[in-house]
This record gives sequence, C-alpha cells and structure tokens, in this order.
Amino acid sequence: MIRVRSFDTDVLVVGGGPAGLAAAYSAAQGGRRVLLVDENPTLGGQIWRGEWMAPRSLEAASWFDRVRRARVSLLTGVRIVAEVAEKTLLGESQDATYEFRYKTMILATGARERFLPFPGWTLPNVMGAGGLQALVKMGLPIRGKRVVVAGTGPLLLAVAAYLHAQGAKVLTIAEQASRSQVLSLARTLLRFPSKAWQAVLLRGQLWRIPYDLECWPISAYGEGSVQGVLLRQGSRTREIPCDYVACGFHLVPNVELALLLGCELRDGYVRVNEFQETSRADVFCAGEPVGLGGVDLALVEGQIAGYAATGRLDAARALFGRRAHWRRFASRLNRAFALRQQGDYRELVHIGPDRAGEVLQWAQTFVDRVDAFLRLQLDGGNDAR
Amino acid sequence: MSEIVSLKINGMPITVPSGTTVLVALLMNGIVGIRRSVTGERRGPLCGIGVCFECRVTINDQPHCRSCQILCQNGMDVRTE
Repeated sequence: MIRVRSFDTDVLVVGGGPAGLAAAYSAAQGGRRVLLVDENPTLGGQIWRGEWMAPRSLEAASWFDRVRRARVSLLTGVRIVAEVAEKTLLGESQDATYEFRYKTMILATGARERFLPFPGWTLPNVMGAGGLQALVKMGLPIRGKRVVVAGTGPLLLAVAAYLHAQGAKVLTIAEQASRSQVLSLARTLLRFPSKAWQAVLLRGQLWRIPYDLECWPISAYGEGSVQGVLLRQGSRTREIPCDYVACGFHLVPNVELALLLGCELRDGYVRVNEFQETSRADVFCAGEPVGLGGVDLALVEGQIAGYAATGRLDAARALFGRRAHWRRFASRLNRAFALRQQGDYRELVHIGPDRAGEVLQWAQTFVDRVDAFLRLQLDGGNDAR
Repeated sequence: MSEIVSLKINGMPITVPSGTTVLVALLMNGIVGIRRSVTGERRGPLCGIGVCFECRVTINDQPHCRSCQILCQNGMDVRTE
C-alpha cells in the first residue's frame, strides 16, 4: 500500500551537503518555513558523510549546530522523482511517497565522481575513490587492506590520507595530471593560505606514500573480485597486486533535477545569475551543480542562495567577495586536474589496435550497464533482467 | 534505539551495529559481488553514494533497492544475486 505524505513549505531545499545546509540555515533567518530534503540516510552530503551525529571538523559541527537550532524541517532518505504540477514535486522513500509544494526552491544536489572505463573496471572492489571512502565512513573495515588510489583530482589525496589513517596500506596514488599542472597549482596555493595549510597537512599524512604523476590505470584483473591493477606511466607499465582499486577522475555535477525542472545549463553546469537564481524563476542553485568548487565555495553560494531566495539581497551581496575568492581557487584547481585529451579520453583509457579485443569487451560491459539502467528506468518495479 | 540490529542475508541471520547500511553489512559478511550483469558477471558497488545502481539487492521481496542508501533494520530479509 502506498502512503502519500504532503508538505507545504515556503522554501524547499534539495540536498543536505554544505551548500544545502548553508542555504537552509540562511533562508530560515528570514522567518520563512524551510524544508530540507536529502536522499541519503543522514545529512552532510559527501564531504561530511556519516558525520551528522559525530562531526569530524569544527566547520561541520558549527553548520550542523546552526541548522539544528534554526527553524528548518529535515527529511532524509527521500529522493525527488518528478514534477507533478507547478511548484509541486513528488518524492519517494523506501516505503512512502511524498508531495512537496513550495514557493521557492534551492537546488543543492552536489556532484558525483567521474568514472572512466578500462578493462576490469567492473570487477568487485574496483570502485570510486570517494566511493571507497564513503563505504569506509559507513563502517567497511579497511585495516591492513592494500589499496591503489587512482584517477585525478584533490579528492585522491584526501581519500588516500583518510584510508591510511584508517589503517589501510595505500600502495600508491596514481594521478593522471602532468607535473607542470600540479606544480603550477602548488604555486597558486600561496594565495590561498587555508588551502596551502591543508596541502601541507595532507603531505604530512601521506609522507611515505608515492604520488605518481602522469600515471593512470589501464586494466584491473582478478577472479571474483580485483586482485591487481596495471598502471601506465610514460612508456612504463607496472603491475600492482591489491585488494581495492579506488579510482575516480574528479567530479561531474548532478544536474538531473535542474534539467527535470527545465533550468538552462551552460557548459554542463546550471546557469545562475549573481544571486544564484537559475533561468527558472524562483528556483535557485548552489554548490557543485553551478561549478565544481568544493566545500568553501559551496558554503558561500548556499548562503547567498538562501538569503536571495528569501528577499534579503543585501545579506546576499555582502558575500559576493568571498564567493569570487573561492571561484578563483576553484578555476585553478579544475584547470590543474583537467583530463588529458579531454573530449575523447583516448589516452586515459588506452585504446590502441593491440588492445582492440579488450576494449570491445569493456565497451560491451559498459553497454550492459547502460542497458540495465535504462531497463530499470523503463520497467520501474519489474525485474530489469 | 537498540545498538544492535538483526537481519537476514540470503537466509543467513546476522547482526550489525545500528546505523549500518545494508551494503556495508553485505561487504562485512564477505559478499562483494552484490548482483550480476545481464551477461552473468559478478558486480560490486562502484559509487557508494546511490548513483550507480551497482549495489541493487532485493529487500523484503522488493527488488532494485540501492543497498548503499538503506540502513539495516530489524527483521529485514536481504537477497543478493
């Protein structure tokens, strides 16, 4: 039996990571009714995953505290699935259906890792870098396990440090970006002292772990689950036996809900004006969907969206300077970790005539994945296969 | 709220701390291949955050539940492929 629960709210915030929490808190300051909905079991998004009851940083603790004290209704385990009428969204949880009527909405749907296929990428225990971190945060034992962290982006370093601290044997960090790109980013850090300090701390935590630049996985192997990975660096190929491959190539924004609502995109990101308002009136957007920028930028954008969505334009304007600061940092970061030969990924997935058979095989498994996914979407509750 | 949750994985009774996701319960009990692809290959979790659908299981006869997004509850019946 399906139960439908109805909610009426002034401001609906979708997504409970840093951007959504900051938006919900700021919107509530104006006395409006605010409802925050997140599809995960607890709030915090990816960066503060599993920390809602036990924050690991002062920043997370202070934002959780602010949201708890503000007049914000919280709903977790519910994902938005459809727009059924003007300013009315449908959501679903494991056992119920929800209807949300709102006056203003703020999208804070975050980002996910970019995955590039390579032979063996579908083996169990080959997963995203952030993916493995998420599972360990939720209780997966990792002590003593051998892990190869690979892909690109600052997340690789954070994940390696986290896994190392949890007792994993991080064998190497394979970063596809070039030495000159990473060095130029390192110089940039001097202008962002808090980030420079983070980098120094990370370097200390990762003291004995190799950081291999211009290096990426070309295949993984194993029976039943992964037993090793081949890394390519220049003309050299190395085989590393391991228990996990944690591989992600930076991030892609979650823009599906924005698209569902008809918000315009620009270069793959949700287009917003200076007040974080999308092309659709009364729909605002903050955080990764408007441009990858990390927690600092997400928090500022969330506050701007929260204030602007409740008509407090001066409070929003007061934060423009800080937003510009973190946007400069974000653009440097995204440039440093841009994919090699972006657009066709040919170098990264190592497609050559000598490997045509393997490539066909992984292409087929990729097609399988898409096929299974589409069938799931089309068949709904029926068995997809 | 109890500290320990009891549920069944493929008919086998297990206990986990409350707040554990179904996926982590599966992995902790040695089940790393969660589902099978259309060609029968073993598949495990990829994204860990509810996006990739590679950790789908059947919970209380409801198929296609994303095990990484669902917390274990007393009396749950979880089935993998």
